Amino acid sequence: MMSPGTIPLFVAVPLAGAFLIALLKRVKGFPDAMGVMATVCTFALSVFAVLRQLPGERVILDIGSWGARLIPGSIDALRTVGIQLALDGLSTFMLVVVNFIAFLVAVYSIHYMTRFTSKAYFYILFLLMVAGMNGVIITGDLFNLFVFVEIASLASYALVAFGTGKRELEAAFKYAVMGGVGSLLVLLGIIFLYSNTGTLNMMDMSRWLAEHPGSEGLRNLVLGLFLAGFGLKAALVPFHAWLPDAHPSAPAPISAMLSGVLIKSLGVYAICRVLFNIFGITPQLSSMLMGLGALSMSIGVILALRQWDMKRLLAYHSISQIGYIILGIGIGTPLGILGGLFHLFNHSIFKSLLFLDAGAVEYATGTRNLKELGGLSRRMPVTSWTTLSASMSIAGIPPFSGFWSKLIIVMACVEQGLWFYAFITVLVSILTLASFMKIMRYGFLGTIREALGKVSEVPAFMRIALVTLALVCILGGLLLLPGLKNGFLGQAVQVLINGRGG
Amino acid sequence: MNATLPYVLCMILFCIGIYAMLAKRNIIKIIIGLSIAEYAVNLFLVLAAYRIGGTAPIFSDGRTPAPGSMVDPLPHALVLTSIVIGLATTAFMIALAIRLYGKYGTFDITRMRELRG
Repeated sequence: MMSPGTIPLFVAVPLAGAFLIALLKRVKGFPDAMGVMATVCTFALSVFAVLRQLPGERVILDIGSWGARLIPGSIDALRTVGIQLALDGLSTFMLVVVNFIAFLVAVYSIHYMTRFTSKAYFYILFLLMVAGMNGVIITGDLFNLFVFVEIASLASYALVAFGTGKRELEAAFKYAVMGGVGSLLVLLGIIFLYSNTGTLNMMDMSRWLAEHPGSEGLRNLVLGLFLAGFGLKAALVPFHAWLPDAHPSAPAPISAMLSGVLIKSLGVYAICRVLFNIFGITPQLSSMLMGLGALSMSIGVILALRQWDMKRLLAYHSISQIGYIILGIGIGTPLGILGGLFHLFNHSIFKSLLFLDAGAVEYATGTRNLKELGGLSRRMPVTSWTTLSASMSIAGIPPFSGFWSKLIIVMACVEQGLWFYAFITVLVSILTLASFMKIMRYGFLGTIREALGKVSEVPAFMRIALVTLALVCILGGLLLLPGLKNGFLGQAVQVLINGRGG
Repeated sequence: MNATLPYVLCMILFCIGIYAMLAKRNIIKIIIGLSIAEYAVNLFLVLAAYRIGGTAPIFSDGRTPAPGSMVDPLPHALVLTSIVIGLATTAFMIALAIRLYGKYGTFDITRMRELRG
């Protein structure tokens, strides 16, 4: 078991890193070193947490030692006062995903961000975002979750505007308005829940809701507010309008963070926690999630087909792939949840890789319009091969990791007799393949253009990040081996299956 | 006074904020709309804590705790946090608005159409 005292480090290390960078931003090379060091520390900690995780265990830290107290006037009713941090299977799983991507993105940024003027500010905002995401994952208190969501969101609004061009500012404004509304809805939901349950602790809330099975009106209202609020953060289809503007406008490493992990930790993870662990999943909720997922999947991929901007195309695919995750989790059977969470892991790997590749192409050629590219595979072999492996993975070609997670989701649909959803899953997968063939065909294959004659491969640090992610794409399927699965994915699935009891 | 009236007024305030965000074209007005909606939510948070005739916990004698007659102090702490977060969001968005004005020479959001498709 992990010592409870180490849990706050997931937030404290990136926060301290951001603070130190702000102090010593003039020291040459310090922001890069600190950015990489802070993320490598949190990544090592998260791996350590997985290794030390016992089955079904939930490590709890009461901040300020405010443990459970007796409610005045009652004999045995305990209530948690103060903020709790909690680490269970799902949290450690998400922590590994977030911090692994954050570490590689920090390594990649060392070279990539030299094109922007103020690298120190970039790393400060980046570490604040990581701190916010880690906080969302480890907290066991609903209002604290809201605060961390806001920390991560504010840092991401600023990072989207980092280029300070016309497009970036416009996208950041849209994103900030939509994100602001999302946060308001979440806060409103939290207030409704608090004023009825009298607690902010997630465990206490789920206990109260289990003891008071009536109150249908409250439940539906709060669920609607949470679904809309976190759905805005996750860019599920009725709430997706900001994502195709915001994600391509950010610098490439940040696009990788936003699409790879931010929409998952603020959106999908929060939805899972609220639906499964606080309210408990019901058949109506389950079918609603599946419907939303299928809608996101199909609309995202259809809009992606007609894009020529490489990063914009990838952004639409994020909407579509989030649909897969929500569909898998929404099925609610152990197999479906396993597929959904495994796809979450895979998607964060290959979508970050694709955005980093798009950044590498932009770094080398100065454009990301597919109509102006072509024949890059000779000049940029590493970028080309890593893009190919990520494309194969997202399109679901065996033996790449994306194939296994999609296969599990289809199997889970068939198992439950949901033939319609199984059909959509396969169809969307084919359309995904088509649009990634387009990237390979127009971007990397064919003859090279005159204007691109002097293009050369990207620097070493960027290549390290690309190759590492590509290897995980190829070998990701190994996570399903029984030995690895039980310790890592299986624990996370178990938390959601246990629902309110866990 | 009707006990539900403050809640209704709070809801109306929220709707005014959302309306301003959806219908206005000037980005400063959109930011004001977001702030109004935000303050409606904060007001609601304070209202949820209020008890008619309740006092603050520090005015009780400490030996006979009576939760029923006290105003809940926790939402007041929460609302402070939420106001600070709102301040950060507003400050950031106004900074964005200034930069946008510098680029486009207008606050009209319908004239900012770099992103399409």
